[in-house]
Amino acid sequence: MRLGLVIDLDVCVGCHACAIACKEWNASGTIGPLSDYQPYGAEPSGVWFNRIRHYEMDEYPNNKTVNFPMSCMHCEDADCVTVCPTGASYKRAEDGIVLIDQDKCMGCNYCSWACPYGARELDRSSGTMKKCTLCVDRIYDQNLPVEERQPSCVLTCPAHARMFGDFDDPDSAVSRTVRERGGFPLMPELNYNPTNTYLPLRRKPVVPVDTQPVGGLKESIKQFANRLVRR
Amino acid sequence: MHPAFSVIFFTVASGAGFGLFSLLFIADTFKLGGGFTPTQLVLGGLIAMSLVVFGLLSSTFHLANPKNAWRAFSRFRTSWLSREGVFAVVFMPLALIYLASIWFEAPAWLRETFGLLTAVLAWITVFSTGMIYACLKTIRQWNTPLVPANYLALGYASGSLLLLLGAVYAGLDTTPYIAMSALIVSIAAVLKAIYYFWIRNPGLTPTINTATGLTRAKVKLLDTGHTHGTFLTQEFGFRLARQRAGLLKVLVFGLGFALPGLMLVWVFNEQGGAAAAVIAAAAGLAGAAVERWLFFAEARHVVNLYHGAQRC
Repeated sequence: MRLGLVIDLDVCVGCHACAIACKEWNASGTIGPLSDYQPYGAEPSGVWFNRIRHYEMDEYPNNKTVNFPMSCMHCEDADCVTVCPTGASYKRAEDGIVLIDQDKCMGCNYCSWACPYGARELDRSSGTMKKCTLCVDRIYDQNLPVEERQPSCVLTCPAHARMFGDFDDPDSAVSRTVRERGGFPLMPELNYNPTNTYLPLRRKPVVPVDTQPVGGLKESIKQFANRLVRR
Repeated sequence: MHPAFSVIFFTVASGAGFGLFSLLFIADTFKLGGGFTPTQLVLGGLIAMSLVVFGLLSSTFHLANPKNAWRAFSRFRTSWLSREGVFAVVFMPLALIYLASIWFEAPAWLRETFGLLTAVLAWITVFSTGMIYACLKTIRQWNTPLVPANYLALGYASGSLLLLLGAVYAGLDTTPYIAMSALIVSIAAVLKAIYYFWIRNPGLTPTINTATGLTRAKVKLLDTGHTHGTFLTQEFGFRLARQRAGLLKVLVFGLGFALPGLMLVWVFNEQGGAAAAVIAAAAGLAGAAVERWLFFAEARHVVNLYHGAQRC
């Protein structure tokens, strides 16, 4: 098994609900708590497993905002695991989930240096490195209904921009979607072989935009009226 | 990268200690300048070892959870950090056996065998220190064989200057020590110059386009999604103005290489006496510390592409 996420960049609305749900679940999860520093102070900061960035692609009038959720990619060739001197970082053979044994970590930050995706964050209260667990304490929980045995972020996403599944199974929903939509990994040139895959933006008909102001008497009167009203 | 002072002190001090110890073995084997007495050799060896020990202790100050530091010896097979720790610890007993065989006048074969083993192990340990940084694909400025070469050259350069200082105080013929220092310091200077030349334009690097997979158009960051800094911006967001980096590079060459070189001439001409040798060693170490600070400050981690950088 090779468990991971598919994130649909075309659908994500950038609401940060996945990050909140992640924080909520994992604060009391296996690697929790996720410490906050000055949560109500002037410089709020803290540990998050999932962060959403917002990008702008291309230039006006063809520009498009792309919301970009990122968490651990659970890479096939995870350098964060090989560089770890204590053996605290490990990749599970059975499902490919990369985890950190909090009892072994010495907080040297070396794994975070090796991670290109910024998935690992040091918890300054516990002095240990923390990261996305793919909700390992949810997805195998026999007490939960089968449809709820999914990572918190996937369950909560109101836009259904996130999918969870086994990438080794060619017939799984994630594998099929990646095939059909042309999913891609991030920074493939570094050869980490990330499991999480992103789906590209769909091509949509171009919405015509007036880029040039229309001249003429009618437009001048309209602009004059607008100026009067604004005063 | 954020330059952590404990790591800077650790790499400079342990590099100089390992360099001093292996050069001490060479000085002993070839009886350079008449050769040190056993007491002087043991004293020099102990100084070198304490530099290494203080360095190792200082390196634990940058750990957020030092109570688990003993576990760092467990992943020898994959981690350069672990390898460095193991080699540094194995170095200690071998070095002590070498010093003991000098002190108790053991047979020459025993003394030479352990001396050679210790010198080779010192070399491997400094190489491992360099490889900790050089093996990271995420930092283009570090991912080059020039990094372990620089670590070795600078460690041996500062070690050779310390050894020269010892030779001056021991009243030996300083000429072979000056020649050795001059050679190693100039090699270190040339290697560092190549490194600085290379990182000006380090070839193909990830861009904001490959980092986001949005490769068909210009991409720019609108919002990082957090109101204040995170661990990632604190650890990797360090920026150094290009002009300041240039000034510091001048300082590295002036303090680390040129001033010791001038002092070597003074020692050779018997000007300034022991003070010249002291200045040479102190300037060499200070130059190495500035170099190490720059090494961290100039490194650009690819995670910056998710915080607004266009390329790394």
